[in-house]
Amino acid sequence: MERIPILQMGDFLLVTIQVDMHDELALTLQDDLSERISKTSARGVLIDISALDMVDSFIGRMIGTISGLSRIMDAATVLVGMQPAVAITLVELGLTLPGVITALNVERGMKLLRDRVQSE
Amino acid sequence: MTALSRQTIDAARQNEGQLLASWQASLEASGASRDSRINHAEFEAQTREFLRLLVAGAHAGDSGNIAGSEWADTRGFLDGLSRSRALQGFDSQTTANFIFSLKRPLFELLQAQYANNAAELASQLWAVTELVDALGLYTVRAFQKSREEVISRQQEELLELSTPVVKLWDGVLALPMIGTLDSQRTQVVMESLLQRIVETGSEIAIIDITGVPTVDTLVAQHLLKTVTAIRLMGADAIISGVRPQIAQTIVHLGLDLQGIVTKANLADALALALKRSGLTVTKAT
Repeated sequence: MERIPILQMGDFLLVTIQVDMHDELALTLQDDLSERISKTSARGVLIDISALDMVDSFIGRMIGTISGLSRIMDAATVLVGMQPAVAITLVELGLTLPGVITALNVERGMKLLRDRVQSE
Repeated sequence: MTALSRQTIDAARQNEGQLLASWQASLEASGASRDSRINHAEFEAQTREFLRLLVAGAHAGDSGNIAGSEWADTRGFLDGLSRSRALQGFDSQTTANFIFSLKRPLFELLQAQYANNAAELASQLWAVTELVDALGLYTVRAFQKSREEVISRQQEELLELSTPVVKLWDGVLALPMIGTLDSQRTQVVMESLLQRIVETGSEIAIIDITGVPTVDTLVAQHLLKTVTAIRLMGADAIISGVRPQIAQTIVHLGLDLQGIVTKANLADALALALKRSGLTVTKAT
């Protein structure tokens, strides 16, 4: 079955979504990611969606859920590289993702995560 | 519907030169052919071409139905004529008169042809009137259509013109908004701003609303949407240029600009943006 790889980089987990998200894939990712956070006691999760050029309300909500659950497991989540079209779609769908930290690209997202972990 | 008789069509064909001369004379008399916006030779060529098409069309097919395929060339010519007239800035009346002024020469021809047959004259006059009216109305419709095309193109151009995204500093973009914000404009503004954020990798976007005359609930909602989209992309938005009246309106309407940073003018917003980027401005000694 198709899976989205979760890479470990030190204290952080890196998830790069490079395929079209469908509902089942998103649910699998949610399960996998929570497993990995608990196993590796990661301090932060970075989700790169720069290759994602289409979202629906379900995927939008999933992104919110993933960041919510990792926050509860004490891992800060940063969402990076959202495409303009995706941002407009989410806003029009009314999914403003409150509480989700965003950054323009992976580099800045990593910097944000490091700053957060250091300040704790 | 009365059809043109063979005799009428043949008469028109034989007297084409005479018809043309008298039509051009009547256009000349009304001043239409001496308009400075159009070349005299071009104008004469148009009259000649139209008369030729009219006679050919009447000869080939049903004069009562100009939607038929026999009239395709005539319609094409009228489309082209109306478009060029619209672009040259003529009004619809002048354009329609160009066709309608052909009636008098045609009527004179008919009168001469059917001098002894009043019943036939009346029926042929009616047929000619119907044909010329139909062509004239077709011209007006084509004229209006090309005018509307011009207007909608200009609207699009205006939309593009009114939303420039400027780079204020490395990593700081500004969008000076001018005019009323409606859904369509917000869409264009949002798209161009978000695109520029991706291209330049800017972390701060300043939306300056000094040029927005009024802020109502709808405009505020559009602003909120834009700011949220910017935040989702991973950049920060600052709204500047909030005039006292606008601030009062926003408070009176009870609008909640949830957590949006607002500044009174662009200078303050730029100062904040520089501070956030860790830059300071000092006076050179």
